[in-house]
Amino acid sequence: MTNHWRDIKNADLILINGANPAEAHPVGFQWFMRAKLDRGAKIIHADPRFTRTSAVADTYLRIRTGTDVAYFGGLINHVLQNKLYQSDYVTNYTNASFIVKQGYDFKDGLFSGYSSANRTYNISSWSYEVGADGFAKRDLTLQDPRSVFQLMKAHYSRYTPDMVSSITGIPVDQFNKVADLVGQMGKPDKVMTIVYAVGLTHHTTGGQLIRSGALLQLLLGNMGKPGGGMNAERGHANIQGNTDHAISWELLPGYMRIPAPGQKNLDDYVAQSASKKSDPNSWNFFGTNYRKFMVSLLKGWYGSAATKDNEFAFHFVPKPGQNSSWMSIYDQALKNKMEGVILSGMTAASIGPDSNQVQQALSNLKWLVVMDPLPTTSSEFWRAPGVDSSQVKTEVFMLPTTHWIEKDGSFTNSGRWAQWKDQVIPPQGNARHDHWILADLFLRVKDMYKQQGGKFADAIMALTLDYKDPLKPDLDEIAKEINGKDLSTGKQMTSFANLKDDGTTTAGDWIYTGAYLDTGNLMKRRAGIQDPTTNDPTGMGFYPNWAWSWPLNRRVLYNRASADLNGKPWDATRPGISWNGTRWVGDVPDYPVTMNPHDPKAYLPFIMNGEGVGRLFSNSMIDGPFPEHYEPVESPVANPLHASTSASPVAFLYDQAAGRANRFGTPQEFPYIATSYRLTEHEHYVTQHVPHLVQLQPQPFVEIPSELAQTKGIKTGDKVRVLSKRGKVEVLAVVTKRLGPMTVAGQTVFQIGIPIHWGYVGIPADSDPNHGRYWLANALTPFVGDANSRTPEFKAFLVNLEKM
Amino acid sequence: MQVVTRRDVLKFGVAGAGALVVSGLGFEVAYAESTKVKQNLRIAGAKELHSICPYCAVGCSLVAYTRQNSDGSTQLLQIEGDPDSPVNEGRLCPKGATAMQLAVSPRRVESPQYRAAGATTWKSVSWDFVLGKIAQNIKASRDATFVGTDGNGNTVNRTEGIAFAGGAAFSSEEGYFATKLMRGLGLVHLEQQARV
Repeated sequence: MTNHWRDIKNADLILINGANPAEAHPVGFQWFMRAKLDRGAKIIHADPRFTRTSAVADTYLRIRTGTDVAYFGGLINHVLQNKLYQSDYVTNYTNASFIVKQGYDFKDGLFSGYSSANRTYNISSWSYEVGADGFAKRDLTLQDPRSVFQLMKAHYSRYTPDMVSSITGIPVDQFNKVADLVGQMGKPDKVMTIVYAVGLTHHTTGGQLIRSGALLQLLLGNMGKPGGGMNAERGHANIQGNTDHAISWELLPGYMRIPAPGQKNLDDYVAQSASKKSDPNSWNFFGTNYRKFMVSLLKGWYGSAATKDNEFAFHFVPKPGQNSSWMSIYDQALKNKMEGVILSGMTAASIGPDSNQVQQALSNLKWLVVMDPLPTTSSEFWRAPGVDSSQVKTEVFMLPTTHWIEKDGSFTNSGRWAQWKDQVIPPQGNARHDHWILADLFLRVKDMYKQQGGKFADAIMALTLDYKDPLKPDLDEIAKEINGKDLSTGKQMTSFANLKDDGTTTAGDWIYTGAYLDTGNLMKRRAGIQDPTTNDPTGMGFYPNWAWSWPLNRRVLYNRASADLNGKPWDATRPGISWNGTRWVGDVPDYPVTMNPHDPKAYLPFIMNGEGVGRLFSNSMIDGPFPEHYEPVESPVANPLHASTSASPVAFLYDQAAGRANRFGTPQEFPYIATSYRLTEHEHYVTQHVPHLVQLQPQPFVEIPSELAQTKGIKTGDKVRVLSKRGKVEVLAVVTKRLGPMTVAGQTVFQIGIPIHWGYVGIPADSDPNHGRYWLANALTPFVGDANSRTPEFKAFLVNLEKM
Repeated sequence: MQVVTRRDVLKFGVAGAGALVVSGLGFEVAYAESTKVKQNLRIAGAKELHSICPYCAVGCSLVAYTRQNSDGSTQLLQIEGDPDSPVNEGRLCPKGATAMQLAVSPRRVESPQYRAAGATTWKSVSWDFVLGKIAQNIKASRDATFVGTDGNGNTVNRTEGIAFAGGAAFSSEEGYFATKLMRGLGLVHLEQQARV
């Protein structure tokens, strides 16, 4: 989230897409209701299913899954055509005025630079015209036909209400009413928030779905303001913290890039990773300090082995040659190139996508380690129903680990608040902490390299383990390491602004620098609602002394943009930060605290990128500088915008690239759209072990629109089979009006809803005669992902349906 | 001595106004008779600790109560919403309100389990056995799949044949530590639940 949970109460309008917060994040949803009840905010919910979120929304739009680029596109077009954008903000706080190079083009669904042979773009034409001073050319009148503003207007002119309706299935009159409401949010004293969850990310266009919302927010001037922003509701207790800490193939802690092959030294790495200033007034804070953050990380990891002479051990960091994300792991296993997998609190078999293919991949491994407090479908995959265990050659280890409550440490929530927790009880039975297991394994491996030698042992030998007991590090010690210290004084760093690139400072994750000072661990702070007058001095709900928020305890990201050019809040009743004549006050400013906004050299408002402003046009995405609607890889219709380029031309097709048989279905064989989702009473798969929750939601089911059920003679409680090209589920039917027929591209389509939680492990499976054999929802989902992030397309695929 | 159960609390709540009690779900239940009966509260004399809900990323704060038993063991008595939190203000959803059943469960795996290639059952083994074997596997797979220099002559120092995935359920500090160790071994296949 750019903002945070409690901040949603500050909104005038709440757009919810690809999310169902009333059921999936029910306690967070109280802030949506507070906005509605206390300030009269309106809630608009666009979702394939009518849910409890829809029930309290002011407007519910039944949208075809995977078409939100078109929905947002229609809203953007409405705002542009009717001049409803926040003009000062768009001119000064976005790159609308930047001039794009000759050569950029978009035609028949393809941007310039496409190679059909490689299914990739050469993005060199997606950049700015550069002037003699080396900076991007700008036209602050926004009239230049090559300005981002004019190109954007042309791009979105195709997203007319009729076209939006044809793609999304939302009736034109309903869409127009919502467009009118959204259009009012461009006034400086109005603010809208956009809230989304994995319903937006789980598509081959996932990255662009979210970017579409961000573009709309920039046009309306809603980024950086309290009550505004782009807010991802994340699904696991610490998914945010461990994204920040880069358990992610392409990242190093603090969203630095993993080095790439060909980079010979830190100069190469920084040159290819850090953004460059494209405007003289851009601060380009991240790009400017990239080297300091990287050297401080390397110094923390490699200690005395990281010296100026060896580029601070730059070559100890691995450099991936190709995408190595979730699906790539199993793709490599299918090619017999993956020997061992270690899973901690995560089950491949249930998660999928294409669980049957993932089961095959697990069987191809030499060894699999599952670290979990409870059995999972991965620890048990070798004896799943229907599997001949004797034929599975994988060596499997199940290591019982501790639960969250048996250890301390912090969880970072969706709103970036890092909250420390106590160790409440000791580990149950023989369970061990995940990090103690990993420390033990690492030290054993290190010992073997010491004794026996082996490939590139230097990096293993050099890794710092400066803990009181390296076998059993305290999480408190690690928290201090993450914060970093000044090696010359031994003191904890107070801000990442003080980090250096000469090897005299460390920071395990620069965005957490400032969380753990010499005075103590700020994540433990508890000044909450017991005393709102003292603890929420601005009244905006920031609660600055409750826990700690990255970066630097800032509660709203990009908050310089919450004030106008003179430093006055766009809306005096909802200030983010404001200039008081000598300094910025309010939230922790995303700006130098004493920088006078009237200084001609004052930095532009968005300090993290090279432009210094929000990017309506960007070359940071590999599938286009503007979002474009592409059909899901499996779709019942051809793209109404450009049938010749129907699905994303750059989505990575794993099976095709590997020469495996096609696993995508056609609408002739599989005529219905399916989407997967979560229920209030379960969380992924672990709650299959929680008796109360199993009582509340005991059995797997699929939701079927009543009109479709009628044609098939299906009634609620009947057993049905749902099939895709890849597999099947056999579960009970829930016939409902919450789903219904839609008219898309002139034809009638149906959507089916499939909750994901069940499988062959857990209390329900234990009492099922077939042991939950056909309960894995992800047996149906396609093995294909978003072009940028490789996030699987869990939310839009084709199935058939039959009564059993 | 009369013991007041939660059911009694709810019954009194119907009867009328009085003091406020916050239940595990966080709604307020008024009851009149609380001062008239001597109670054995489940959490009387308990130690009060703070935690965070283990499920979604709203980040609801929890208050957890424990008691030291006479045999030295620690018993978890109750988990409820933390009324001081600006995030949840004491409220919890059905998952958070039943977090105790996740924390303490007879379904937990009791000791390390090992399943050899082709075996049809688990074997309970010692920690030393599994850690030793896994460490050997890691070294063997690392040595077998390590690429120091790629086909273009670039120094890449990567272990291609081992993947680590996980982390959305453990503490940030454990996650950072996992990243550090796995990159230290040269892993490129590193993943958690952000995409899935």
